[in-house]
Amino acid sequence: MQPQLSEWDEQLLAGGVGQAAQRAMRIIVRMAEVCGTAELMDVTQAHIDGCGLLSDSGLEFAETLAAGGGKVRIPTTLNMGPLDLQNWTRFGIDENFASKAIRQAKAYTDMGCVPTWSCAPYQGYLTPRFGQQIAWGESNAICYANSVLGARTNRYADFMDICAAITGRVPKCGLHLRENRKGQILFHLIDMGPSVVDSDTFYPVLGHFLGSASGEKIPVIEGLPACVSSDRLKALCAAAASSGGVALFHAIGLTPEASTREEAFQGGEPERVVEIGPTDLQKAWNELSTAQEGDDLDLVVLGCPHFSFDEFRTLADLLRVRLEEEQRMPDGVRFVVISCQSSHALAQRSDFLDILERAGVETTLDTCVFHTPMVAKETKVLMTNSGKCAYYAPGELNAKVAFGDMADCVASAFQGRVCREKPSW
Amino acid sequence: MVRVLKGRMLVAGQASGRALVTREPISFWGGYCPRTGEIIDRRHELSGTMAAGRVFVFPRGRGSSTASAILLESIKNGVAPAALINLDVEPILALGSIVSDELYQRPIPMVVLDEPDFLSIEQDDDIRIDPDGTVTVRSNSSGPTNQ
Repeated sequence: MQPQLSEWDEQLLAGGVGQAAQRAMRIIVRMAEVCGTAELMDVTQAHIDGCGLLSDSGLEFAETLAAGGGKVRIPTTLNMGPLDLQNWTRFGIDENFASKAIRQAKAYTDMGCVPTWSCAPYQGYLTPRFGQQIAWGESNAICYANSVLGARTNRYADFMDICAAITGRVPKCGLHLRENRKGQILFHLIDMGPSVVDSDTFYPVLGHFLGSASGEKIPVIEGLPACVSSDRLKALCAAAASSGGVALFHAIGLTPEASTREEAFQGGEPERVVEIGPTDLQKAWNELSTAQEGDDLDLVVLGCPHFSFDEFRTLADLLRVRLEEEQRMPDGVRFVVISCQSSHALAQRSDFLDILERAGVETTLDTCVFHTPMVAKETKVLMTNSGKCAYYAPGELNAKVAFGDMADCVASAFQGRVCREKPSW
Repeated sequence: MVRVLKGRMLVAGQASGRALVTREPISFWGGYCPRTGEIIDRRHELSGTMAAGRVFVFPRGRGSSTASAILLESIKNGVAPAALINLDVEPILALGSIVSDELYQRPIPMVVLDEPDFLSIEQDDDIRIDPDGTVTVRSNSSGPTNQ
C-alpha cells in the first residue's frame, strides 16, 4: 500500500525536481511500503554510509544520482570512504581502485555532502540535537545518535541514506516515534566493582554481550556510572551494533531518555531481565578473539570507530614510555591508527603525531581497513581494542584476531606477539 | 510432500531454488561475499557454505547497514541468493533488492513468513516463490531414514 504523500512528495515523484530526486523518492516510497508505513516525515540531517564501500554497483548508483542532478536538501555528512584521499599512494593502493574511489567521493561531494569522511560523526561536525529527526547510516553512529544523543534515526542502509538526504523525507516509523523507543530488555550489572566499569575494555565487551543477547530489541542497562566518556560509549555502540542489531540502548541515569527505570521503559515492564556478571563478561571477552595468547602478531588496528583526539593522546602517552626506554617495534609488526581529518587536525596541534611517527605507527584518514585494500593478504594475526573490528576481521580480512585494550595492543606490538593483561573483573 | 504457504511479499518477483536454512541471523556485510556468494562470517553456522542461487531462509539480518550494498553487488555479480525468506521484515536487505530493480531492473524476491511457516522450511527443500507471495515448498526428506 502506498503511503500518503504530500504535495512535495508528489512533485518529486513526478520528476519536477529532477531525475535523481524522482528516483530517490521512488525508493523512499517503496521502502515505506516494505515497512508498512502510512506516512512519510521530514528529517533535518543525514549521515551517509553508502559512500564507504567501493563496489561497481554502489559507484554506479552514486554517479547516476549525481548525474541526474541530485543535491542534498539537508545538512549531510559523509562516513569514512574507501580511500585515504590525501595519502593513498603511501599505502600501496591499486590505482584502478583509487580512481574509482575518487570518482565515488566526487559523486557524493558533488551532491553537496560535507566531506567529513568520519565513522564517528558524533565526535565532529554537525552533532545532532536531542530529539532531532535525522537519517543516519553507519551502525555505530546510529546507535550513538539514538542512545547517547537522544536524536532519532532508524538504521538507514547504504543508498537509503542518500535518498533521504536528497528528498529530506523518510518513512514515519520505527525509532522516529517515541513509543517505539521504550526499553525492552533489562540488563542488570552485578558484582562489577568500580575498577571494572572504569576500564576501557569493559565497554566494547559489554557491547558485544548486549548485541548478542538483545538482537534487535532495545536493551536497558542498569548499573553504569552516571558519567561515561564519549570514547567508551562509542566502543560500546560499535560492538553492540556488530554482534547484534542494536540501534538504541538506554542506560539508566546516563543516557538522555532514561533518567529513571520508569522512563527507560516508558512506564512499562521489561520483557525479560538478564543479569550480567563477571563470568558473562569473560565469556564475551573470549568470544571476541580467535587468536591465541602468544601468537605472532602481524598487525595492530586502532580507531574503529575513528580515533578521537583523546584516543590519540592515550596512545601517545603509551608510546612515549616505550620511546623513552628506547624500545622499538620488531620488524614484521605493522601498527595502524584510523581516524578522520578533524580529530587528526587537533592531534596535529599537539606532539602526539610526532610520537606516533617515531614509534613507527602509521595513521590513515578518511577510510577504514575493511574498505580500503591496505591490509596485506599475508596478515595472519591482527590485534585491536575494538569490538567491532574484532567481530568483522576474521570474515573481512581472513585473519585471526586478538582483542585487548589499547595498552595490551601496544605491549603486544612491541613484543611481536599477543600478550594481554587479565581483565579486571 | 508439497505445501503451499502464503507470505508477505516485500520485494515482488518470481524465483525458485533449493532452501538454505539457518536459524541464526546474519550480517551480509562481513558475512556474505559479493564476489563468490559464500557465507564468510566465520562465527556463523553456515560459514563456508555457498548461498548463490539458493533460496536463503534466515530469521533476520544483523549488524552493519552496508548489507544493502553487499546484496546489490552480489546481484550485479550474479552470485546473490535466488530469493530471501525471513521471519522479520528486513528493510536493509529489501533496499538492496529495490535499488537493484531501479538500476538493473533485476530485484530478488523477498518474502516474510509467519513463524510456524518459517520454521516449517527445512534444509534443501525445493522452494518456488510467486509474485503474489505464494511460497510452494516441496520437501526433499520423506522421513528420518531417507536423508
